[in-house]
Amino acid sequence: MREWLKKHDTIYFMLTNKRFVGGMLFILSLILLSLIGPWLARIELGWYIEEAGKRALDPTANIGTPYSPPSPKNWLGTNSFGQDVFLQLVYGLRSSLLVGIIGGGLATVVGLSIGFISGYSGGMVDETLMMLTNIMLVIPTMAVLIIIAAYLPYRGVLIESLIIGLTGWPWTARAVRSETLSLKSREFVHLARISAVRPLKIVFGEIAPNMLSYVFMVFILQFGGSILAAVGLDFIGLGPTRGTSLGIMLQQAVLWNAIQLGMWWWIIPPGAIITALIAALYTVNTGLDEAFNPRLREM
Amino acid sequence: MIKLENLTKIYSLGILGRGGIVAVDRVSFEIGNGEIVSLVGESGSGKTTIGKLILRLMKPTHGKIYFMGEEVSRYKPLDYYKGVQGVFQDPFSSFNPVYKVDRVFENVNRYLLDLPKSEFWGKVEESLKSVGLNPKDVFGKYPHQMSGGQLQRVLIARALVIGAKFLVADEIISMLDASTRVDVLNILGELRDNMGLGILFITHDLSLGYYISDSTVIMYRGSVVEMGDTEKVFKNPIHPYTKMLLESVPTLDKRWKPSEEIFRVESGERFFTKGCKYYSRCPFRRKECLSFDGKLRKVEKNHWVACILTGGD
Repeated sequence: MREWLKKHDTIYFMLTNKRFVGGMLFILSLILLSLIGPWLARIELGWYIEEAGKRALDPTANIGTPYSPPSPKNWLGTNSFGQDVFLQLVYGLRSSLLVGIIGGGLATVVGLSIGFISGYSGGMVDETLMMLTNIMLVIPTMAVLIIIAAYLPYRGVLIESLIIGLTGWPWTARAVRSETLSLKSREFVHLARISAVRPLKIVFGEIAPNMLSYVFMVFILQFGGSILAAVGLDFIGLGPTRGTSLGIMLQQAVLWNAIQLGMWWWIIPPGAIITALIAALYTVNTGLDEAFNPRLREM
Repeated sequence: MIKLENLTKIYSLGILGRGGIVAVDRVSFEIGNGEIVSLVGESGSGKTTIGKLILRLMKPTHGKIYFMGEEVSRYKPLDYYKGVQGVFQDPFSSFNPVYKVDRVFENVNRYLLDLPKSEFWGKVEESLKSVGLNPKDVFGKYPHQMSGGQLQRVLIARALVIGAKFLVADEIISMLDASTRVDVLNILGELRDNMGLGILFITHDLSLGYYISDSTVIMYRGSVVEMGDTEKVFKNPIHPYTKMLLESVPTLDKRWKPSEEIFRVESGERFFTKGCKYYSRCPFRRKECLSFDGKLRKVEKNHWVACILTGGD
């Protein structure tokens, strides 16, 4: 193990970096919460299952008395409809993370590919791809999202993340392209070329590793951006037609005057989780930058 | 060994390549076996572009480059780079900061040589020793943990491991300390003498060029203005630009004073498209210079000058 760590010392530096470990632990615990959430909810709502004899829990079902504050019966209380906030939260977290991963991942992959190809090959390929990117860039994304979302009679989480992912890549493509352009004129790329290394290997073996923390940051931005875009769509009522999400929770909380009625347990948890999740992702990113860049390391 | 024939490179500007900058303009010269040729010129004279063209890092617009009698573009990359190698200006950017120094050698074996591991690393150690490095100081280190002089020597060792016959050395000592410069220069000299390595030594420093090279090529704005045996070019400079360059070399014990004969303040009329490129800066200019074709004329054995005033054939 020690030998292996010696060989892969970036991993060693990653694992000893407080920001990376701290942020990552928080994100992992949120992912864990979304995975075991339904099971926790089953413990929470044991009394209800006994009462109603239902096995499957539906986050939109009315469980318990409306307007009740947090209690052993409903850990995070209930909303105006008598829906259980904790149950909604774990299912909402699930769909929000899913949108983040699929939408953010898709935007990152598309942005990276276009950025790398455009930056490394240059010439006509570059001109064409950048023209496409710029066109995508000047179209107001939210308007497109609204139009597409409004046209679809049935919207699931998957469709939502596809729409977000396929409209979110242009900034990434531009940033990656300019970074590739600057790296490709560095002399180690020339050195790789006169070692007869193939172009694809140069892009992924020489250029991309220098951008690894950058790529991760792009993913974080896209991850957070996708979640926020989804929250935005949900908030104006164009979210998933079935089920729930953190955005839908916020929308309903605002719509039914949760703040004015003093129902903090309804509006604070989803907002806090979105904020904390994105803050944790940024912390991880700064930690990663320190681990990946040998110059920032203290020997 | 390497022969350039009317080599021209035009960088295109703007959309669809309208307009352009002529970086290298019809340059022809030859470098023989075991010969060090220094290519001297100011910034923007096209000397680095020539190095890149020889290394096939870009394609010439016109003209041809021959290596061992065969046109360069006919070689497969693999075969070509076994014969022709390069060392670049900035040692710290020649190494990928993410990887250890060893990777430079690993790449060589993976893509170029494909030797058994023990044999290959034996060879690496041998060539590291021959450039005056202790292999222990090199393996397992990151580039930022080594000095510029060490890194440049690692790159020279890399070319040796490959067994290159020709080396493009692009300003390889301009970023080194004065104390380590001579070491690196002497290594190049030894390689020429012992292994018959041909070297194109690109520099803007005349004294370094004089110290090491057998022949000198002087460039101005993409064209060769004077070339020939180093001794002849330095002892008997003919082109006004060469004279000016030699005059600009500071000497340690004298206070430098520009002589008005050779230096001329640049006028606004800079970009002449016709005639001699040095016209606007030349103190000896005449009307005829504007119709000069820029061709090199022989003034003595192994000495050519591109100036209308030489009167040669």
